Amino acid sequence: MTSIGTGYDLSNSVFSPDGRNFQVEYAVKAVENGGTAIGIRCKDGVVLGLEKLVSSKLLKKDANKRISTVDRNMGVVYSGLQPDGKHFVSRARDEASSWRSTYKAPIPVSSLANRMGSYVQAYTLYNSVRPFGITAIIGGYDAETELSVDGAVGSGPKSGSGGKTKGAKEGGPYLYMIEPSGTYWGYYGAASGKGRQAAKSELEKLKLDPKDGECISLEEGVKEAARIIYVAHEDNKDKDFELELTWVSSVAGPTKGRHEEVPKALREEAEKLAKKSMEGDEDDEEEEKMEE
Amino acid sequence: MVMMMNGQTGMLGEDGIHIDMNHLKSGEVNLGTSIMAINFKDGVILGADSRTTTGAYIANRVTDKLTQVHDTIWCCRSGSAADTQAVADIVQYHLGMYGITNDEPPTTQTAAAIFQELCYDNKDALSAGIIIAGWDKRHGGQVYSIPLGGSLHKQAYAIGGSGSTYIYGYCDANWKENMDEEEGIKFVKGALQEAIKWDGSSGGVIRMVVLTAAGAIRHLYLPDRNYTGPGTGKP
Amino acid sequence: MNHLPQAWGRPRDDIYGAYDHSYLPQTHANTHPTTHTQSPVVTGTSVLGLKFKDGVVLAADNLASYGSLARFTDVKRLKPFNRKAVVGFGGDVSDMQYLDRLLNSLDVQENYSGAATTEEDDGEAPAATADGEGGEDKHKAILDAKNLHTYLSKVLYKRRSDFNPLWNAILVAGLTTPPPPAPSTSTSSPKDTTTSKPTGPAPSRKPIPYLAYADLLGTTYSSPTLATGFGAHLAVPIMRRAVPDEAAAAKLSREEAVEIVKKCMKVLFYRDARSMNEYSLCVIDGKGVDLQENIKLEGESWAFAEGIKGYGTQTV
Repeated sequence: MTSIGTGYDLSNSVFSPDGRNFQVEYAVKAVENGGTAIGIRCKDGVVLGLEKLVSSKLLKKDANKRISTVDRNMGVVYSGLQPDGKHFVSRARDEASSWRSTYKAPIPVSSLANRMGSYVQAYTLYNSVRPFGITAIIGGYDAETELSVDGAVGSGPKSGSGGKTKGAKEGGPYLYMIEPSGTYWGYYGAASGKGRQAAKSELEKLKLDPKDGECISLEEGVKEAARIIYVAHEDNKDKDFELELTWVSSVAGPTKGRHEEVPKALREEAEKLAKKSMEGDEDDEEEEKMEE
Repeated sequence: MVMMMNGQTGMLGEDGIHIDMNHLKSGEVNLGTSIMAINFKDGVILGADSRTTTGAYIANRVTDKLTQVHDTIWCCRSGSAADTQAVADIVQYHLGMYGITNDEPPTTQTAAAIFQELCYDNKDALSAGIIIAGWDKRHGGQVYSIPLGGSLHKQAYAIGGSGSTYIYGYCDANWKENMDEEEGIKFVKGALQEAIKWDGSSGGVIRMVVLTAAGAIRHLYLPDRNYTGPGTGKP
Repeated sequence: MNHLPQAWGRPRDDIYGAYDHSYLPQTHANTHPTTHTQSPVVTGTSVLGLKFKDGVVLAADNLASYGSLARFTDVKRLKPFNRKAVVGFGGDVSDMQYLDRLLNSLDVQENYSGAATTEEDDGEAPAATADGEGGEDKHKAILDAKNLHTYLSKVLYKRRSDFNPLWNAILVAGLTTPPPPAPSTSTSSPKDTTTSKPTGPAPSRKPIPYLAYADLLGTTYSSPTLATGFGAHLAVPIMRRAVPDEAAAAKLSREEAVEIVKKCMKVLFYRDARSMNEYSLCVIDGKGVDLQENIKLEGESWAFAEGIKGYGTQTV
């Protein structure tokens, strides 16, 4: 940051002579201080995970959830400034519901990412605003089944044409990550926040690209997400944290197409496995040390 | 085909369908009309007569009541010509924008949803009975009907307009699911011929549009050829 | 031509008189009040509701009429909201669809708080456990039938007060959690109050059946037997014969309740000219919502027509 103090970092609407927008770069710094958030796009759904750093012992355990539901089939998790995240979520909910009222159908994940990307980007253009201090991960499941028009009655023909094209493959699990600049991409696995490097290298080890053969299942994804959050927390061990996990599957899957908290039993199992794998690592390390 | 009913304010009488024709501004052009759309094996077929009247005078005897709102999403219009044209124009605009901004064509559902919203929100001002039929990659063919109040109904086949009341029996008796294109055209043509025969507000030629993976194909059947042709060829 | 561009090309007021607005639709003419829907167009007929021991039975046929024309025969008028509440709609179908979408968005909003969890809520009211841990979290409240009825009746009342009514009569059926017992009053002795102070865990309250009516005027009422439209005239007396009061409903089994409702649907098919013989029937109880949408009327009685000859003295 050699350019600090040159004045080009004071405003959004002014580029530095070498073509940078410093305010956006500072926003990225704010994100890098936040608890780690991850998303995994599995074969049959998406898992969102968060290392929720506990800022006070006076906060009630398991309350103050940070992963938000935006539409029935869609969730958002973010790292960075909480109030910015809350505003982002609120806007995402407005976008989802306005899409619904126009088209009488749920917004596709890609369209929500597109709209939110544009929204976040607009905050990098004007002198009077600052960029979002968050990186948000949007996960959702676009229905694979026939999509009915909200409120419509009647069912159409029972066979042949009429809304039931056989073998037409549409929808599925989708995952997007939006950065403070407004940049967004679709991902197989996404991570942001303090532990993102560790998390990313763990995500890269997972089988997530359907082209590479069998992609991991949603349930495996939940367990991996828990483990990865624990791995990511390693560098931040002095702080307490709570693990937050949500998931969304197809209508035929365990969440019936809804974005929900991972059920307590599964979450606890995943957390137990995660802790065990961490203990395993520590044991290894200790053993190695002893060998030395 | 304008039904000027006994001067009472438009309401559904207990004993039959009384389309609220006083709703029409005086002198307004009305699509008395017989319209329909059906699902068949490979997509949908839309059909309509071609008569437009002001009172008993036929203002246009070769009207085209089949209106394109997107590549393979069309609608049949009945009720006020002005109202339905305005609504179809707005929907066409929205679907055009949808196709561009989302990088993929809208589905028939999308079209039906926008039509429904317009017809429902403006029900006090409109007299429009619209049938929407379309083909898209995900769902194949679909048929939706929006009657006067602005409700939305998904159907195997839909009939509408003043002439439709005469062919409920014909359609119910002859309807089969999963017809091939030839059977489908025969069904639509047979039904519309009956409607034209019995409804004074319906008449002229029979127009059809066939919507499938191959796109939209127009058909035309002329009364002076006993509705046998020219079909898809030049008259 | 004058200096006002707005007036160019228009007939001059001083020669032709003021502009005549009368051809405009009423809503645009200043002389007339704004008007909205004065009557429904595509309509559904009766909805029936009957409480029993553990829940409520709801039924409505699958017909949407256009005047006397039986226009749509596959219209499902019972709409489940969640596992505790179902709404049955009579009246205008387009307004039913509007309300259905409204409830849809309400459901989405309800889930913002993560209340959707399918398993954790066992349907009981929040009860603090002995260690005071997690009780509230385990039992996230969802909108129950009573909450939903309150909401819908206020939507309906608001719209009628805008002179733009939603042309429906609805029944809301399901479960609700009764309010906590009133705090002990002065009638109990001081000794009693000290012993009954809720120091330990509050007893969990069991959800009870709920059934209520609301309509386009914002009118509401509740009863163990309810019906909208023709059903209020034809079905309610039949249902009341079996269930005169809450006490009788509390003794009625699910099977008995379903049987009574099915009988009423038959009578309505016999006597309501806007009905059909295919209907939806829904049972809401502690186990959730059990909705069947394509029930055919069974055991109709027509054979006695053979004995009816002429209209008075004729016997052949």
